[in-house]
Amino acid sequence: MPELVEKLSFYLDFPFVRYAIVVGVLVSLCSSLLGVTLVLKRYSYIGDGLSHVAFGALAIAAVLKVTNNMLLILPVTVAVAVLLLCTGRNARIKGDAAIAMVSVGALAIGYLLMNIFSTSANISGDVCTTLFGSTSILTLKIEEVYLCVVLSCVVLLTFVLFYHKIFAITFDENFARATGVNTTLFNLMIAVIVAVIIVLAMNLVGALLVSALVVFPALSAMRVFKSFFSVTVAAAIISVVCSLIGIVIAILAGTPVGSTIVAADIVAFCLFYGVSLFRGRGV
Amino acid sequence: MNETKTLIKCRQLTLGYGSKDLVRDLDYDVNVGDYLCIIGRNGSGKTTFLRGLSGLLSPRSGSIEFCDGLQRSEIGFLPQMTVVQKDFPASVEEIVLSAFQGKHRLLPFYRRAQRDRAMECMALTRTESLAKSCFRELSGGQKQRVLLARALCAAERLLLLDEPVTGLDPESTETMYRIIEDLHQKGMTVVMVTHDVDTALDDANRVMDFNDISVKGK
Repeated sequence: MPELVEKLSFYLDFPFVRYAIVVGVLVSLCSSLLGVTLVLKRYSYIGDGLSHVAFGALAIAAVLKVTNNMLLILPVTVAVAVLLLCTGRNARIKGDAAIAMVSVGALAIGYLLMNIFSTSANISGDVCTTLFGSTSILTLKIEEVYLCVVLSCVVLLTFVLFYHKIFAITFDENFARATGVNTTLFNLMIAVIVAVIIVLAMNLVGALLVSALVVFPALSAMRVFKSFFSVTVAAAIISVVCSLIGIVIAILAGTPVGSTIVAADIVAFCLFYGVSLFRGRGV
Repeated sequence: MNETKTLIKCRQLTLGYGSKDLVRDLDYDVNVGDYLCIIGRNGSGKTTFLRGLSGLLSPRSGSIEFCDGLQRSEIGFLPQMTVVQKDFPASVEEIVLSAFQGKHRLLPFYRRAQRDRAMECMALTRTESLAKSCFRELSGGQKQRVLLARALCAAERLLLLDEPVTGLDPESTETMYRIIEDLHQKGMTVVMVTHDVDTALDDANRVMDFNDISVKGK
């Protein structure tokens, strides 16, 4: 045990480890908050779809040699999120089919582009990193950390300010609209926030694992807690704790960060599921 | 007998989705103090008409005019329950309070008066003891009463109810009808879509039959 603590404090001396922890906490906090809404609105898969789009955009950015690839990835992902979440009911291709189409298309095109135009000697290594985020969290530059902090704060602030509106729209969009809430505007807002979170979270766990951050904490919290407020708070806490545990284990054991975090989320889900079963029998 | 005042005036109203018109060239007046039941078979346009009144659906042609100073914010709407709501983790209080979201634009919290009003509405629908309960753990009847309380919070003058008793057991149905009747006695105008023709004829002072109307429309 003392060696582990020593090892940990040794690693914490490196700025990139501290960056990773800051970004990890913020990203998991934001993603879990919106996760509750997405899961309840039956949009769980949107995180996955959007992250594939972000991957495709990243490939295009690499081909075009854009220096700050966020400038391309963020707007593209936001645009697709708006398309997917806001056209919803009227679209000719319905929700889940549209997500499946866009996400798998973006994934294929992204990989194709990377293969054709890549200058790197290790394409499969690059792709693997982007998809599973194996090391990207530990190679963050300070500008990226700042960007992440600013965007996370914006997301958090928006969520807190519009918490009740988000609840009203999640629970009953028709009723909210009938009483005069501008649901189109707030759906748009939710879509933009989700896209921002997905792009941020891609750094942490990689494109393929993003939806785990969105879905698991919300589902775990929903097993046990009974009001929207307690579910939201619990999801946030679960998500942050799991990310911290995941990052620390990944650093100490040398495992890939993204999948370790997701593994921690799965363990948490099982625990909460167990608690709900135990409670169900007790009552 | 008081003179009847018109609350909502529909003229040449056509409503529909896609390529289909479900309500065609309808002229109808809802009066202040009405207890109006809308009956008709599935797909005859009952719910569509209600959605038109609630402002969720814009008319294809014709007009829906609010009279006697009626505001959109004075209308309470009880839509049919969705799958999403049935297992939604939220407390009854949170749901009832969400009715006020249309009224205050940007406040991130609820005011004292709104909380009091919410309790009042829960009392009127006999759900005040459930305030802290979890919505998904309630019975079907309790769920509907909670949603009615929410509609009531939003409503000052007009309640639009879309099949409020569908799927309820006889006892819950009876309670629901009694609550609605009480509200009507207190001066609320009620427009209710229902399949329950007998009760519609017993309680309501007006009945609108969409089977006839759609025939007439052709």
